[in-house]
Amino acid sequence: MKFCVLVNEGPFNHQASDSAYHFVKAALDKGHEVMRVFFYHDGVNNANRLSAPQQDDRNIVKLWSELGKEHDLDLVVCVAAALRRGLKEEILAEGFRISGLGQLIEAGMESDRFVEFGD
Amino acid sequence: MLHTVNKSPFERRSLASCLRYAREGDAVLFYEDGVYALRVGAETSIELAAAKHLNLYALGPDLEARGIGAGQVLKEVKIVDYGGFVDLAAENGPVQSWL
Amino acid sequence: MAETDFIPDDDDELDEDVKTFMFVARRAPYGTIYAHEGLEMVLITGAFDQDVTVVFMDDGVFQIVKGQDTQAIGMKNFSPTFRALEGYDIEKLYVEKESIEARGLSPGDFVVPVEVKAADEIAALMAEQDVIISS
Repeated sequence: MKFCVLVNEGPFNHQASDSAYHFVKAALDKGHEVMRVFFYHDGVNNANRLSAPQQDDRNIVKLWSELGKEHDLDLVVCVAAALRRGLKEEILAEGFRISGLGQLIEAGMESDRFVEFGD
Repeated sequence: MLHTVNKSPFERRSLASCLRYAREGDAVLFYEDGVYALRVGAETSIELAAAKHLNLYALGPDLEARGIGAGQVLKEVKIVDYGGFVDLAAENGPVQSWL
Repeated sequence: MAETDFIPDDDDELDEDVKTFMFVARRAPYGTIYAHEGLEMVLITGAFDQDVTVVFMDDGVFQIVKGQDTQAIGMKNFSPTFRALEGYDIEKLYVEKESIEARGLSPGDFVVPVEVKAADEIAALMAEQDVIISS
């Protein structure tokens, strides 16, 4: 199956990003394709490389970057939502790219299953 | 189809909305704070136990995190892991997330 | 729209099939951004010639009520933008009967023409969708 995942919330404030991460990881482990993970609303903050959680806690931004790198995932941050929230190219974590909301719709069109995580 | 509920029914009315829409044979997965609806003795447990037309699931990791033991979950509920969540989405699409 | 938005034209290689998208609007406007950014998702879908339905339920029905005046709260009133959906051939706008009754609303209270449908009717439609996006 080809999955598309939408993440609506930022790291730490809500469990959404963690849930999405574990879901994506499990889908990949099962041999499915995750064609895009799209970050919208406060979800764009998952791409902020300046996030510095406590040492004994998970680093959500890094986890996404690493998963993205390991599986060549397309991690897309909505440009309009990012601009609103001050998430700019210069603070973008590795593996993420900023693009238009059309990328979400295109992913919906091209995938078999669309799963949304939020609050 | 697959319906997901991730908020506690005591915080938000999303479970009530979900139950208006879940139809015969649909799968309903409870995860994150949504699992609080499934505790034996919770107000919601009566309605859920009676929902014989639905297939109820709970995400094990979220139950464990919240100290809800297997014996404290409604017996009608099947406990799955993230892989099971993926299977439910793959097998029951489309997915509606009742946030 | 940003330059990076992809707007398909006849020469582009996209899946030729038209997919069914249902946007489920469940939240009130202004208290959170989901209604506004949710509408932006619906509008962008208009550019892709897909089969789009928008359902307003729960507090989402408040997104389209008449008479919104946001001047004093200093926010943009985006309710007039719902009238632009027609121009994108997004005409299937449904409000859930149970939600408007619970909130004391009627079809005449809305800024756009909507069809009132009961939950069980919308549920049947929902099960037939390819993509369901909630906001």
